[in-house]
Amino acid sequence: MKYVLIVGAKSDMAKAIAREYAKQGFNLYLAARNVNELEPISNDITTRFQRVVQCFELDLTDFDSHESFYNSLPEKPAGVITAVGYMGEQKNSEVDFEECHQVIDSNYTGNVCLLNIIANDFEARREGFIVGISSVAGDRGRKANYIYGSAKAAFTAYLSGLRNRLYDTGVQVLTVKPGFVATKMTENMDLPENLTAQPEQVAADVFSAQQKGKDILYTKWVWRYIMLIIKNIPEFIFKRLSI
Amino acid sequence: MKLSGWGNYPQIESTQYNFSSEEQLCQIVEEHQSMAAFGNGRSYGDSALAKNSIVMKNHNYFLQFDERNGVLEVEAGVLLAEIIEAFAPRGWFPKVVPGTKLITVGGAIASDVHGKNHHVSGCFSESVISFQLLLADGSIVECSRDENKPLFLASCGGMGLTGVILRAKLKLKKIKSNAIVQTTIKTENLKETFEAFERYKSQPYSVAWIDCLAKGSSIGRCLLNFGDFAQDQKFDFVQKKKLNIPFNFPSFALNNLSVKAFNWLYYHKVLNKKSTKKVSIDSFFFPLDAIDNWNRIYGKNGFTQYQFILPLAESYKGLEEVLSAIAESGKGSFLAVLKLYGKENDNLLSFPMEGYSLALDFKMEPGLMPLLEKLDQIVIKYGGRIYLAKDSRMSQSTFESGYPKAEEFRALRKSYKLTDKFSTLQSQRLGI
Repeated sequence: MKYVLIVGAKSDMAKAIAREYAKQGFNLYLAARNVNELEPISNDITTRFQRVVQCFELDLTDFDSHESFYNSLPEKPAGVITAVGYMGEQKNSEVDFEECHQVIDSNYTGNVCLLNIIANDFEARREGFIVGISSVAGDRGRKANYIYGSAKAAFTAYLSGLRNRLYDTGVQVLTVKPGFVATKMTENMDLPENLTAQPEQVAADVFSAQQKGKDILYTKWVWRYIMLIIKNIPEFIFKRLSI
Repeated sequence: MKLSGWGNYPQIESTQYNFSSEEQLCQIVEEHQSMAAFGNGRSYGDSALAKNSIVMKNHNYFLQFDERNGVLEVEAGVLLAEIIEAFAPRGWFPKVVPGTKLITVGGAIASDVHGKNHHVSGCFSESVISFQLLLADGSIVECSRDENKPLFLASCGGMGLTGVILRAKLKLKKIKSNAIVQTTIKTENLKETFEAFERYKSQPYSVAWIDCLAKGSSIGRCLLNFGDFAQDQKFDFVQKKKLNIPFNFPSFALNNLSVKAFNWLYYHKVLNKKSTKKVSIDSFFFPLDAIDNWNRIYGKNGFTQYQFILPLAESYKGLEEVLSAIAESGKGSFLAVLKLYGKENDNLLSFPMEGYSLALDFKMEPGLMPLLEKLDQIVIKYGGRIYLAKDSRMSQSTFESGYPKAEEFRALRKSYKLTDKFSTLQSQRLGI
């Protein structure tokens, strides 16, 4: 049975995606910074769906380790899903460059470093799929979270270029742009119910979009139109807004 | 944030507490009063509405499964839907499921839910081997029929008032198919309905939909569904795409006329006196789960589900009286569900007793409360009781006459210092 590699597997969204792929018949490689923290989800998936789940330690900001990590996988995966995301506190990122750097590396540089390696492998094999969890926050910079947003914007642009490069080889690249999702990252925010997706719904959307060979997925779908409006607000108005 | 049960009535301002470890939960419990665990919000009334809510839904890890005896251990926030999704294709099924699978295991234990097979398999607690319970002092105890039995008997059906259920071991049953062979019997009146229940008592699953707007000689006419898992060894369970009701219907959408029309059509669409077909697990057990947020058809004022049970010997007379009172009032219910129950268990506050239960949905509107109070009087007169998991309005005296072990439950709460620590709108209203 085929393996799917899920990076950043400890997040609520990644856990839901892992369960979805296991349910649909895939074995899993789960990677996260602290491998011990993957034990409960790995055990959960084995108990539910009787798949093989292997856990790996991977720090996405430790760039030098990526090559050896990828080479250490027992069997090359059929696809990779990177769900690493670190929002941090916007205010901290403004005054503390360490923090700012961490946000950029977690959301952008680290993903680039790892996906470069994987893309080369998939390109040579002429098969595979790459799913990057970006964010609607990358569609336009807002004062509330533009450090995070700009890193996601860069990641979105990277995925777009990668899709363009790999098109001829048949390797699929899917950019996922979730809006609000009810996870640990957002549990203290008061989110509007109708715009907020549950992680399970995001997972089902990701699986279905990936299987259908889609390029860009907004989830919930309504975010495509919300962001269309936000992107089209003229800058001279936008700069005055607090949204 | 605003919190309400499935009936959207009543609403309460409640603070949500998430936790990521047991230590953190212990600390939350130590520091607060008036708490209750909140699962997936499917109990109808105010039984899970507390000033401080402990959010359980995210605690949904499967812990272990023993293929030899079908014992599954899960965290309390796991939904029955998740168990069915994972295990129905492997030939296992929960021993007891209620009319929705979108409830947590913790909630199923706390309400000691029951289903179409109560008359042969009892309540959900029959499938519970043990669970771990967090008490008021922050200690975690194992509860089973051998260990801490008083806490076990109080917690099964205890509406979350004995502490926080963290994990549970459940026994699943073997099934030979993911399809159900269902038979529908159409009856003309209450007498025929009772005879049909008696005749098909040996069938493992049975339930009847009653046309509660029928009057006179047609009173109590019904469609009785019964059935069992097929034997075809086909395990092809798939989750169907769901419909959604995206917003509250305007409150006039469900009126006397539309409910009457629905009841008439529903009853008359079945032409044969008896018909048999193969149906899916979802359509047999959980027909309403196919529509997300179906509670919104009752509008923003919400609704209440009135479910009562009467002892076997009094059931016929009592039901006749209740159905007449409802038909007279003209306040129809979309869903009137009648069911024959088996023996009562030893739990202190479990709802079922041997007899017949009827469940009715009523939109919240002026004039409803007096009708329900009138029904309460009939239920009490015949020695019946009202289901706590659905209730949002009964009085303390109605509760006490229906639940003879209420005092024992109160005493246990007091002795474990649970009374102020864990309390809900319902427990305060009923003085539990």
